[in-house]
Amino acid sequence: MNRIHTLFQNKKERVLSIYFTAGFPALEDTLPTMQAIESAGADIIEIGVPYSDPIADGPTIQDSNMIALENGMSLKKLFEQIKDMRQTVSIPVVLMGYLNPIIQYGMESFLKKCQEVGVDGLILPDLPMQQYLDEFKTLFEQYGLSNTFLISPQTSEQRIREIDEHSNGFIYMVSSHSITGAKTGITEAQIAYFKRVQAMNLKNPRLIGFGISDAETFGTASQYSNGAIIGSAFIKKVKDSKDLKADIHAYIKSVIQ
Amino acid sequence: MIKVDEKGFYGKFGGAYIPEMLHPNIEELRENYEQIVASPEFQEEFQMLLRDFVGRPTPLYFAKRMSEKYGAKIYFKREDLCHTGAHKVNNTVGQIILAKKLGKKRIIAETGAGQHGVATATVCALMGMDCTIYMGALDIQRQRPNVERMRILGAKVVPATSGSQTLKDATNEAMRQWINNPVDTHYIIGSVVGPHPYPEMVARFQAVISEEIKKQLLEKEGTENPDILIACVGGGSNAAGTFYHYYNVPQVRLVAAEAAGLGVSSGKSAATTALGTPGILHGSKTLLMQTEDGQVVEPHSISAGLDYPGIGPVHAHLFDIGRAEFVAVEDEDAMKAGIELSRMEGIIPAIETAHAVHALNMIEFKKDDIIVINLSGRGDKDLDTYIKWGGY
Repeated sequence: MNRIHTLFQNKKERVLSIYFTAGFPALEDTLPTMQAIESAGADIIEIGVPYSDPIADGPTIQDSNMIALENGMSLKKLFEQIKDMRQTVSIPVVLMGYLNPIIQYGMESFLKKCQEVGVDGLILPDLPMQQYLDEFKTLFEQYGLSNTFLISPQTSEQRIREIDEHSNGFIYMVSSHSITGAKTGITEAQIAYFKRVQAMNLKNPRLIGFGISDAETFGTASQYSNGAIIGSAFIKKVKDSKDLKADIHAYIKSVIQ
Repeated sequence: MIKVDEKGFYGKFGGAYIPEMLHPNIEELRENYEQIVASPEFQEEFQMLLRDFVGRPTPLYFAKRMSEKYGAKIYFKREDLCHTGAHKVNNTVGQIILAKKLGKKRIIAETGAGQHGVATATVCALMGMDCTIYMGALDIQRQRPNVERMRILGAKVVPATSGSQTLKDATNEAMRQWINNPVDTHYIIGSVVGPHPYPEMVARFQAVISEEIKKQLLEKEGTENPDILIACVGGGSNAAGTFYHYYNVPQVRLVAAEAAGLGVSSGKSAATTALGTPGILHGSKTLLMQTEDGQVVEPHSISAGLDYPGIGPVHAHLFDIGRAEFVAVEDEDAMKAGIELSRMEGIIPAIETAHAVHALNMIEFKKDDIIVINLSGRGDKDLDTYIKWGGY
């Protein structure tokens, strides 16, 4: 049982996951950002591994990826930065990244390293389910890592069922037809989709992401799921921050109130 | 046997590495395209448009003066004479009919040199469909005439401002916009890249090139098979079309001309097979130029259409198994080949195509070998680049 499972056993609603880009705004901000996210009261930390061609991300996260890469960020560097994170960070940590940098690192070496430093789960948006099942599932299990798949309003009921069957952490519900940071606010159509999935009684907890930015959208999303994920809105808050810890605290507290 | 498998792989390369948000679109396409394309209604409309709108078949032209100079029988497949000035329109005609049959209302596309953008804008005008083209901001500057052609045809041209602001970034942007508009929009990919089924689908629409070469060569030389086929490769759609019906004819040598930019080792190159390693780009596993950390390297080529850090998975496979020979042509040599073709045969080629022409100087062949070079596009769009280069 990893930290993600324990979290959802103890907390079934208003779970807040915060995404940030590793090595952003400055190269060595990774660990201090994680510590501030935890002390501010969020429940899950999602570390974005920067990539040159993030096709599921909008301008805010693209921009943070580019800055992080210019700062010298890499997967190797990230593992150095977080090698002792478990001395100061106790909440679940999930790595989110595109497949190519991970494949170059080597999938098994990557998974092994994740386990070693205390990462709990992975979100790899461009790893298709079938590929995961054919090539990587047993490795993920061997290293005790949970895998999170995305679903969107377009995902068929049958496929949501398959995804639920093969997930073992939480399901990431993309709130709309969109890349990250593209739309804000929550529409009627989205609520209908949230309710539809809620009524499916999936075995995995669900977090809603994309378009969540404040207490109101967090509250609405939480009514129909176990909580939500904030990414672009958080990146905007830290981008020009002069006092990272204070700004992260103020922002997260304003969301969870 | 070179053939795509059920999961979209050519040997080790291909597949569909896409975010879940695109899964329904790709599935819809994968499940329907073969059946639609095989239907008599589709074929009737497709063949009619290729004939009456595109102007097919394009001639297979015997280049007398260059044949004398090089000591071989050199033919040019005149895709430059297609409506809109390049082979790209073969694919857009096919995909627009497909999009209509799938009930789509809106078309998006990426473009590098602007040829695919123009070909897409053209078929959208023909069918009365809404059209948005994503184009790297740098390419918008260096391919001005094509940008204006797209606008005249009623398309909206949106600059991609991330990364190197070229074809790769335009493709990223088009994929993002497809994620944002999955239901009513079809994405017309212009090359044999992207997630399965795109690489094979685009190759099949371009395969008309090699189908015609076979017939025309039989008439002119009494054989369907040339000794050597040459085509330039960025993503690789004209090369895939040129090679398609010859993949499994081993006596026909396949030569692919990549863009070496300022030189393969200069750090300013787009020679993917020379510099690339296996990885994932734009939804398929292929060879791509990348750092040790798996970040995609910004390519360089004087030709916007070849300025791409990857290559279609079928070409990665042809390279991997040694079925095709790859040569890397530098900017300067390509420009000179463009001038040579202009002055010896009266054809100003696109700079992409000029890379294929220069390959004649880089490969071995016997006297009287039959060589077919795919003349993929004409040079009108490149006049600015020719003028700036100035070496004529």
